[in-house]
Amino acid sequence: MHLFGVLFQLAWRNLWRNHRRTIIMLGAIGVGVWAMIFMTALTRGMVDQMVTDSIGILPGHVQIHNPDYLDDPSISNRISYTDTELRQKFESAGFESWASRVRVPAIVTSERDSRGVTLLGVDPVAEKDISFFDYAEVEGRFLSDSGDKGIVIGGKLADKLETGLGKRIVIMSQDPDNDIADRGFRIVGLYSANTSAVEEAYAYIGKSTAQAMLGIGDTSTEVVFLGTEYRNVEPVYEAVAERVDERVSVQRWYEIDTYLGTMLGVMDGFVLVWVIVIFLALSFGLVNTLVMAVFERVREIGLMLALGMKPGSILGQIIIESMLLLTLGLATGNLLAWATIMPLRDGIDISIVGEGMEMWGASSMLYPKLYLGDMVLASVVVLLLGFLASLSPAWRASRYEPVEAITKA
Amino acid sequence: MSIVLRLAWRNLWRQPRRTWLTTGAMVFSNLLLVFMMSLQFGMYGLMIDNTLQVFTGHLQVQAPGYKDDQKMRQTVADVLPLADAIRAELGSDRVAARGWAFALASSEERSFGIGIYGVETVFEPQVSNIPGLVSDGRYLASNDAAEIVIGKVLARNLRVAVGDELTLLGSGVDGSFAAAVVNVVGIFDSGVKDIDRNIAEMPIATFQETFFLDGAGHQIAIVADNLDAVPEIQSRVRSVLPSDGDLLVLDWNELQPGLKQAIQADMGSNFFMYFVLVVLVAFSVLNTQLMSVLERTREFGIVMALGLKPGRLGRLVILETAMMGLMGTGLGIVAGGLLTLWFTGNGLSLPGMDEMAAQFNLPARMYPEVSALSLLAGPLVVFLFTMLAAVYPALRLRWQNPVEAMRAA
Repeated sequence: MHLFGVLFQLAWRNLWRNHRRTIIMLGAIGVGVWAMIFMTALTRGMVDQMVTDSIGILPGHVQIHNPDYLDDPSISNRISYTDTELRQKFESAGFESWASRVRVPAIVTSERDSRGVTLLGVDPVAEKDISFFDYAEVEGRFLSDSGDKGIVIGGKLADKLETGLGKRIVIMSQDPDNDIADRGFRIVGLYSANTSAVEEAYAYIGKSTAQAMLGIGDTSTEVVFLGTEYRNVEPVYEAVAERVDERVSVQRWYEIDTYLGTMLGVMDGFVLVWVIVIFLALSFGLVNTLVMAVFERVREIGLMLALGMKPGSILGQIIIESMLLLTLGLATGNLLAWATIMPLRDGIDISIVGEGMEMWGASSMLYPKLYLGDMVLASVVVLLLGFLASLSPAWRASRYEPVEAITKA
Repeated sequence: MSIVLRLAWRNLWRQPRRTWLTTGAMVFSNLLLVFMMSLQFGMYGLMIDNTLQVFTGHLQVQAPGYKDDQKMRQTVADVLPLADAIRAELGSDRVAARGWAFALASSEERSFGIGIYGVETVFEPQVSNIPGLVSDGRYLASNDAAEIVIGKVLARNLRVAVGDELTLLGSGVDGSFAAAVVNVVGIFDSGVKDIDRNIAEMPIATFQETFFLDGAGHQIAIVADNLDAVPEIQSRVRSVLPSDGDLLVLDWNELQPGLKQAIQADMGSNFFMYFVLVVLVAFSVLNTQLMSVLERTREFGIVMALGLKPGRLGRLVILETAMMGLMGTGLGIVAGGLLTLWFTGNGLSLPGMDEMAAQFNLPARMYPEVSALSLLAGPLVVFLFTMLAAVYPALRLRWQNPVEAMRAA
């Protein structure tokens, strides 16, 4: 331990013998680490937002369907449990939130125009925490209960249909016997969403109303469950899976929205690749600095060896010097990243490329997310690879022949 | 002059390891820059082509407001004669008129809401790749046949095959009830689920009759030979339009604003990464050159005392940097070019990429595209920053007092 103290002190003093070089290197490491963390925070922020938005629309972390429903979303492929059976299974199971819904493709027709939409029959009370919009922010009002006779559509859809609050529209869909089921609804509310595509896609009616209109008794097409965190859906998945039989299929959100699932994986990979690329760019400078530091001190190292210092101590001394440099650089970079991300935490407006971000499935406000895990990952990668990179110059320094080294000009 | 060159070259190789490490940093960055840019530009080209060739084309004639609202009554009157006139003006067949409507399509067993294009059967294959993707049956035969082609997923969901009948229900341009019975003659497989599930095409005359369009349509799609020709074609098409009307000629960027913005967003984040790499190289060079100047303080003091102007020494340092920069640039371009060429031949595929790629209409395997721009742009910027990094070490010489310099350790 005493030896380590001495080596540490030697390394620290050596580091500041050539302060210009050390400061430039600190600058380089600082900028590199800042870039690693800053870029990662932006990426994380974007993906988090995408997943949150998308889970809101799906909705839920886990869903159950008739096994044929996802490929063939027809009213014929309903869940084989009745509402009463579903309540028995899930009511007392302690889920954060769950709801059963009727989801069918439909045509909505106003006096002026018609559009294809996804019609959702929902129980507004059960869905309160699941829905992606706040009921209070709906223009007009949201559905009051499952038997509500009104309809709530997106603002953009109302524009396109040239209709509005209080006006009547007709919904056409198919009942299980393939007869046209249609019914007039009064628009009681208009909701807004992050993207106009979502506002155009979904129309909400009461679940009992939907069941009556489609003639499907008390059955539904999907049951949705919300857990606590989108990265950890296994507990919810298992709890659901053990309560149902093979007549239904249980899916996690990333199995339903496969694009988003892969996106998440690809982004995790991207973060690691980015950190390593930056480190490689840095490593040339790091190795260079160490090689120079050793080269300048050949005589001195020779002298130390001649005086009886173990080669291992020379090796240790140089590695400690490298680690000190990296640690200081990491501290600078992490601080810099924290200082630049904090002022941006209320979001960066990137709406100039908003429609492009919509194509990626992201929204036009970017909220950088600084995760401790990412800072740790960057630091660990830098220290670990930095250690490996310093091995060669340090090894060479410890292998000098004392006599030759001392006599070197 | 030649003596300065020789001096610079020899100085560079006094510390071969340092020179190689610094050059290595440049080569590494250049390699990445060349490869990434080639991949990026190749990808953007494909993204634009693949997105536009589905339906959009490079230009469209539309009624004002149609792009945003797509209302049934925002029509282009006498669309077929107008399309003929544009074909005559451009001397090109890659012009096709279309109508667009939503309808409920019912087979014997199922009903789904879909979007239907009314198309000119002869010219549609010239502007869209969908007709070529008919995998079962055939494409539409004539403008007034009672036929329809639908996507593969839709066919599966409706449980129909080639030869079956579909009933269409929707609303006409005047809001009245529109209905038709058509024969499924072909099924297309575009590989994009949303298109295969939601889109159908029928002959334009039948379409106009069904939806009471009275000779009108909603768009005329025009495909140019390449993106550069678009502005010229746009003005020529404008000259053919009826002078009393208010029809618009929109280019692909106005039709698909998301496309260019997605590219810009991607470019923005890539340029941030490139910039960080370049800055790290600059730090590396700054460090090396400053060290090499400081090492030679005594030597510089002597030559200055002998009458050499500091400016000339500064130029020597700049020349050394330029030589190193040229080596890094040259080797980087060669290495980057070779790597890119290898992938141009073999393609690049990453796990999970097909899912991501499909979102942007890209194939799963990507082929980078070597161009003068992608080959030179990055390395030139690196070279520029390398030279900038040498300015400070070179300038330091001007402030050097020969006597003090000679006394330096």
